[in-house]
Amino acid sequence: MNEAPKLNSFRAGPDEDGRFGIFGGRFVAETLMPLILDLQAEWDKAKTDPAFKAELDNLGAHYIGRPSPLYFAERLTEELGGAKIYFKREELNHTGSHKINNCIGQILLAKRMGKTRIIAETGAGQHGVASATVAARFGLPCVVYMGATDVERQAPNVFRMKLLGAEVKPVTAGNGTLKDAMNEALRDWVTNVDNTYYLIGTAAGPHPYPEMVRDFQAVIGQEAKAQMLEAEGRLPDLVVAAVGGGSNAIGIFHSFLDDEGVKIVGVEAGGKGLDGDEHCASITAGSPGVLHGNRTYLLQDGDGQIKEGHSISAGLDYPGIGPEHSWLNDVGRVEYVPIMDHEALEAFQMLTRLEGIIPALEPSHALAEVIKRAPNMGKDEIILMNLSGRGDKDIFTVGKILGMGL
Amino acid sequence: MTARMDRKFADVASEGRPVLVTYFMGGDPDFETSVSIMKALPKAGADVIELGMPFSDPMADGPAIQLAGQRSLKAGQTLAKTIEIARRFREEDQRTPIVLMGYYNPIYIYGVDRFLTDAVDAGIDGLIVVDLPPEMDDELCIPALQKGISFIRLATPTTDDRRLPKVLENTSGFVYYVSMNGITGSALPDPSLIAGAVERIKTHTKLPVCVGFGVKTAEHARAIGASADGVVVGTAIVNQIASSLTEEGKATDATVPGVEALVRGLSAGVRSARLAAAE
Repeated sequence: MNEAPKLNSFRAGPDEDGRFGIFGGRFVAETLMPLILDLQAEWDKAKTDPAFKAELDNLGAHYIGRPSPLYFAERLTEELGGAKIYFKREELNHTGSHKINNCIGQILLAKRMGKTRIIAETGAGQHGVASATVAARFGLPCVVYMGATDVERQAPNVFRMKLLGAEVKPVTAGNGTLKDAMNEALRDWVTNVDNTYYLIGTAAGPHPYPEMVRDFQAVIGQEAKAQMLEAEGRLPDLVVAAVGGGSNAIGIFHSFLDDEGVKIVGVEAGGKGLDGDEHCASITAGSPGVLHGNRTYLLQDGDGQIKEGHSISAGLDYPGIGPEHSWLNDVGRVEYVPIMDHEALEAFQMLTRLEGIIPALEPSHALAEVIKRAPNMGKDEIILMNLSGRGDKDIFTVGKILGMGL
Repeated sequence: MTARMDRKFADVASEGRPVLVTYFMGGDPDFETSVSIMKALPKAGADVIELGMPFSDPMADGPAIQLAGQRSLKAGQTLAKTIEIARRFREEDQRTPIVLMGYYNPIYIYGVDRFLTDAVDAGIDGLIVVDLPPEMDDELCIPALQKGISFIRLATPTTDDRRLPKVLENTSGFVYYVSMNGITGSALPDPSLIAGAVERIKTHTKLPVCVGFGVKTAEHARAIGASADGVVVGTAIVNQIASSLTEEGKATDATVPGVEALVRGLSAGVRSARLAAAE
């Protein structure tokens, strides 16, 4: 079933039913179907509308700060003694992560559709902050659902969202993490269909969200490719990004999918190890199932009940993954690997000391994989990594683990 | 299998009253109590039984049914055991239609073919799978219809005249009209609005239309039953079960009788619906 698409392209998906091979689709309650079809119609119009693109580009340049720099990490490269390491610095965007790229795009769509209220789910709080930011910028009320556990471990972002005028609703169901926040956001949406736009933060959910979020994030890879050609005169040998739901990863991967010489690696949260249940490695240790509107790899038990998972990083603490990643795994185009909590933590500290950049714990997972691979690669080889967010929000979590008082 | 459903709706219609459809969560608070609850339902006046299949992430359900699912899963319920509840019920009752209601993933993981074979074998008549809209009919709806199991679709206030034909296309058994946009257990909207919606659906289909979401009392059942072919009660029954449990969530002597008493009242409500409407 999961054959590579015809025309020898890995970039043609999804099909008109929102499928990437067997993955994706529209598994939602009937109440939401008309909304999803409306959204798709609006998105189909917007993506070919020059005025929409112009507005997006304008806000990208002057509000987000695009293009984000491509940075050669000289000291880290020296320290590891192998491949040259470049970072796509999405952490320098307004609000501190790649999440804003998607939020700007979707709020423009919400405005086009005449919606007057924004809801969002958030794990680490980066998407919540980005949603609250664009809601403030466009003058729309915003409700952010956030797992109670995450509210606690991402306190600075909770405060930022409140300052921006959003209402943060803690969700206590389940383990109180991203999955539970998404359930609650869907319940809100189904109740307030008339006026509400659901601003999904990752490249998952029912069609057209995975495609739409990918397309809003694909600017990362488009810029990086051009910047790399300018800096090195050639494409990288390896592209690496962390994967929770997978929006920053698909954003940087998508432009390189059809470039044969470019190896692509997605890094999942290995948590405390894959032997038990305390990880979020949906592809490495999960199986295909249906949750939150799409078929994709999930952490689940033999009865199809979804497991909670665990990661040191709230942004990766999700038992599923975007459907396009599931497909890219099955067709063999992208390799997915786990990184443990402690490896991410070490990478976090290393980057901070060597390059003076405090990364978020999410890209710290990607960095840990880079640290493993770079020494085994030649000095003439190039690694491109998506540095998708800054770590200010994580200093309390890290401080606690390292036993440093704040 | 669909024959049992059709016969039941025809029989009840000939009595000049709406059908009472009762929902409860399979395995809540435990397997054996669930079997007893299910056996008690028709005796108390239920015409059709919706047997809930618990799921860890019930995105269309309110807190009451979420908690019922959690109690059930905690007590070790699985899809196989939910089918077994139906099988145990069928040993005693050949006439009451059983509809399994829940979400797709546990069925997908169980395996669609194996699930349908076991469901037919256990005497199950219909399925309501919340997260399978018509666009996903190839997954389960079409295979179920081929096995003679009804696929009952939810129509909602957002299902306009443009979309209704698509929703009704492969629907069989009955149409479940969700009285409001929202999750289970919310407040009941104005019965006159519901009556209008039922009329609208009936211009598109000959199937019976049952109305649910928000029906909690005999009074509601009577008001809704005046216009609809059937009334679905779920959260009220689930709440009744919850209120009878110990602090640890265990069944008590009051659990089954409490459900019986509630359903008897609802049954009286639907039985007087058309009388009230005629007055």
